[in-house]
Amino acid sequence: MSDALNIGLAGLILGLALWSIVAREAFAAVEGFMAFGLLLTLAWVQLHGIDVALTEAAIGGGLTGALLIGAATRLRSTEAAARVEGPGAPTRWLAAGVSVAVTAALAVGVLALPVPAPTLAPDVAAHIAVTGVGNPITAVLLAFRAMDTLLEAIVLLFALIGVWSLAPDRFWGGRPGLRQQADPNGILAYVARVLPPIGVIAGIYIFWVGADHPGGKFQGATLMAAMWLLVMMAGLADAPPISRTWLRILLVAGPLVFIAIGVVGVVTADAFLAYPPGIAKPLILVIEFALMPTLTLILGLMLVGAPQRGPLP
Amino acid sequence: MSAATLFGLCAAALIGIGLYGLIVNPHPLRKILAFNVVGSGVFMLFGAIARRGAAAGMGGDPVPQALLITGIVVAFSATALAVALLLRLFDETRSVSLASDAPDKTQPGVDDV
Amino acid sequence: MLTTPGGTLLVMAVLVPFVGVLLGLTLGGRHVWRVAAVTVLAGLAIVASLASMLLQSGDTVVYLLGGWAPPLGIALRADSLSVVMMLAVAVVICGIGLYARSDFGSVAGAAEARAPFTFWLLLLAVWGSLNLVFVSGDLFTLYVALELVTFSGVPLVCLDGRGETLRAALRYLLFALAGSLLYLLGAVLLYGAYGTLDIALLAERIRPEPIAWSVAALMTVGLLAKTALFPLHLWLPPAHAGAPAAASAVLSALVIKGSWFLVVRLWFDVMPGVVTLSAAQLLAGLGAAAIVVGSVVALRQERLKLLVAYSTIAQIGYLFLMFPLAFDAGGSALVHGPALTGGLLQAVSHATAKAAMFMAAGLVYAALGHDRIADLAGVARAMPITILAFALAGLALMGVVPSGAYLAKKLMLDAAASSGQWWWEGVLQGGAVFTAAYVVLVLTHVMRRPRGPAQPLKRVSRLSEFAALFLGLCSLLLAFAALGPLPGDLVKNPLAPGELGTTLLVFLGGTLLALGLSPQPLLAATRGGPLRRTMTRAGIAFEHSDGFVRRWPSASIALLTLAALFGWLLLARPLP
Repeated sequence: MSDALNIGLAGLILGLALWSIVAREAFAAVEGFMAFGLLLTLAWVQLHGIDVALTEAAIGGGLTGALLIGAATRLRSTEAAARVEGPGAPTRWLAAGVSVAVTAALAVGVLALPVPAPTLAPDVAAHIAVTGVGNPITAVLLAFRAMDTLLEAIVLLFALIGVWSLAPDRFWGGRPGLRQQADPNGILAYVARVLPPIGVIAGIYIFWVGADHPGGKFQGATLMAAMWLLVMMAGLADAPPISRTWLRILLVAGPLVFIAIGVVGVVTADAFLAYPPGIAKPLILVIEFALMPTLTLILGLMLVGAPQRGPLP
Repeated sequence: MSAATLFGLCAAALIGIGLYGLIVNPHPLRKILAFNVVGSGVFMLFGAIARRGAAAGMGGDPVPQALLITGIVVAFSATALAVALLLRLFDETRSVSLASDAPDKTQPGVDDV
Repeated sequence: MLTTPGGTLLVMAVLVPFVGVLLGLTLGGRHVWRVAAVTVLAGLAIVASLASMLLQSGDTVVYLLGGWAPPLGIALRADSLSVVMMLAVAVVICGIGLYARSDFGSVAGAAEARAPFTFWLLLLAVWGSLNLVFVSGDLFTLYVALELVTFSGVPLVCLDGRGETLRAALRYLLFALAGSLLYLLGAVLLYGAYGTLDIALLAERIRPEPIAWSVAALMTVGLLAKTALFPLHLWLPPAHAGAPAAASAVLSALVIKGSWFLVVRLWFDVMPGVVTLSAAQLLAGLGAAAIVVGSVVALRQERLKLLVAYSTIAQIGYLFLMFPLAFDAGGSALVHGPALTGGLLQAVSHATAKAAMFMAAGLVYAALGHDRIADLAGVARAMPITILAFALAGLALMGVVPSGAYLAKKLMLDAAASSGQWWWEGVLQGGAVFTAAYVVLVLTHVMRRPRGPAQPLKRVSRLSEFAALFLGLCSLLLAFAALGPLPGDLVKNPLAPGELGTTLLVFLGGTLLALGLSPQPLLAATRGGPLRRTMTRAGIAFEHSDGFVRRWPSASIALLTLAALFGWLLLARPLP
């Protein structure tokens, strides 16, 4: 790929990042950030990280952008007060100085990275056959470093508990977010009826191919969560009350299945999170399959926020 | 210049830009945004390092690429928690100032901390 | 490197609390407390058997997750450092669990309530995450563990949902996130330079070169931001003072120890030959500044919980004094030795004592409906157990025999004397005097006879009082527990003339400081002396500078400036 294209891409990325920092209105800044996320996806493709590109597009750009846009809309009235609080010119110069110093030090670090670069790619290639999966990233995420993936699901769950804990006491056990009123015959409702079946199938496809090709549970779950959010935004469905038992079970099912298979590994393969030879791939698929609904629900519910309506009588 | 070096330098600049925003922007939402810019920079640097490690027929070292996916998800969780906290603070006090002596408009007489 | 016998215990120490969270979330409602109780007991048993195993064999326990050896896989490792921290955390969690039983216990027939439900889940979450911090052998897994600690700690700050606590929680979260990004940045560069994130492999591969120096600087300051070492403590006082007492105890006694422990790991086990004595002097210098500023501002507080919160800043400073004392004879590399043991003991005694202090402060608040220090007269008579818990914890922190802090101070004083760093001897002794000052201040007020009619007191739970007393006692008797592995001649008779003299001097100095600095005059006679006027003016100046340092722009610029400073001090190493 040509250098000129990469340099242009990097320049645009930097410009948008700068815009998202210095823009006067938060809403405009977030818009800049979303465009920035989109371009980052292209950068990932240039860096030969297709799986990362998919994740960046789905989570980094998509979900984070949606979250920030919603917040920017609600907080518009607070921006004038915040601007008054801004630090004076000396502080700004000082901040710019230390930031430039960090960048300079990092740039020196980047140029001083050793040649040839250390890599674990040959190690992964040597052992990937044991795991039965074809996508090396899936092999890392669910075999070599499966603990990180288990912890990541737990991070998401803890963050959701944290978000829920921010509910006012009287709404505990109630439905998160506000009820969306949308025109049942409007364009949003139309899209929310047509798109989700396609989106869900695409999500399952991305999840399914993830074992051997770029894709996987996170990217798939994000797509499904987005479809769910669309249906909720159109007022066609409502978020479930957080006290629902089925909801709680689905939220913990993924990590619990993951841990259970890990514990079975202690007996059958001599280590926690090890898979008995020959059935590694089916077990990995079971774990991913169990994580899908959990991740979809957590990602969706994190966007909806803390409970804001009373529990049902 | 290789793509890895170019985007590595770009990452260093992103980190600096984000840190500047994190320091000077008083609005918490803008700080969250800046946090995400710094995060993207760190991730891009890791991506560049992964690309440098291309070997054994793979376009990049798959270990950092896998760690990146985890990192992006963790950063999203952090953003979601911070936004939820910020919105609740706004609902409760109608102000989002982080200054410790910011007035609490709904609870008169609360001790300043 | 292979899995050692008993390695499964490491996995269990991390996963049992996490499974507790998952089950508590599913079962919900009133079952959460029961799940928490069972989990705490199980976790305690796991940590105890791990400790007895390590005590017998003395070897590091290793577990290869999934059977994959690093650098491809992740190893869990527990050495004596990890196990001591795990034991301390387990005991403190146990005490906090008992304490919180009355505040957050279940009421038969009541619906699931937000605060108790989340408190128990978060308590287990903090526990599992900290255990992961103590045993993980991989720097990226440690990043995830750090975030787990933060995500479970932040909601504890604003458990009661008041605006000021929400603001404190948001400040905490944002600053902690900035810190974790710097840590992650360091980890990324390490991978780029050395191709692994495993601690043991990195220790073999790392060289004193520019990239290692910048990594050390970035990771250290990132972790310092999460530990709230002065001047990066902007988030701590409101967060720790505003939370419910049980949550404050978790945050102050345990959560900050996670990132502190990682600094220790990084300096002692990842890059012992990369860090320099001058960088360690800077680290300890920040600690000394924290002791002075934290203590003086603590003495200026009018509310008990804020006083305890500010004293935490001082004690965090104490935890960093060991770094320059732990270098080898040539001053070229950090070694595991008496100074490190001292620092570890300091951390453990602070964990137990600080939890006890916050619990006592919480009980006083619950009984009186306020915690204004000037209006605490008569409390000692009304709540003797609570005040005894506070006093024991205070004595322990002062370093009176046979507390853990005493032993810690002794080990570090010896190290300072033998390495010729006399100035740290002064700081170590001075720190004890400052601690004595605020303990004397509080005790004088609570023991005073009330002027008017006795204040009406609400009854507090006896179980909570005894939980606080238990942790206070643990802290005071810690030296005995440490004597198993340590030589016996380290603990002296507390009534020997030398020891008694030191204790008295510490008390005397503390009383003078309290007399001079406290905003509420301790004695009527001291109301207007010239010395007191000068000290008050100095105290106010300290408060102002603390206020300036705790503004967001100053703190975040300080963060990056410190990174540059550390980088510079690592670069400017003496020629061999």
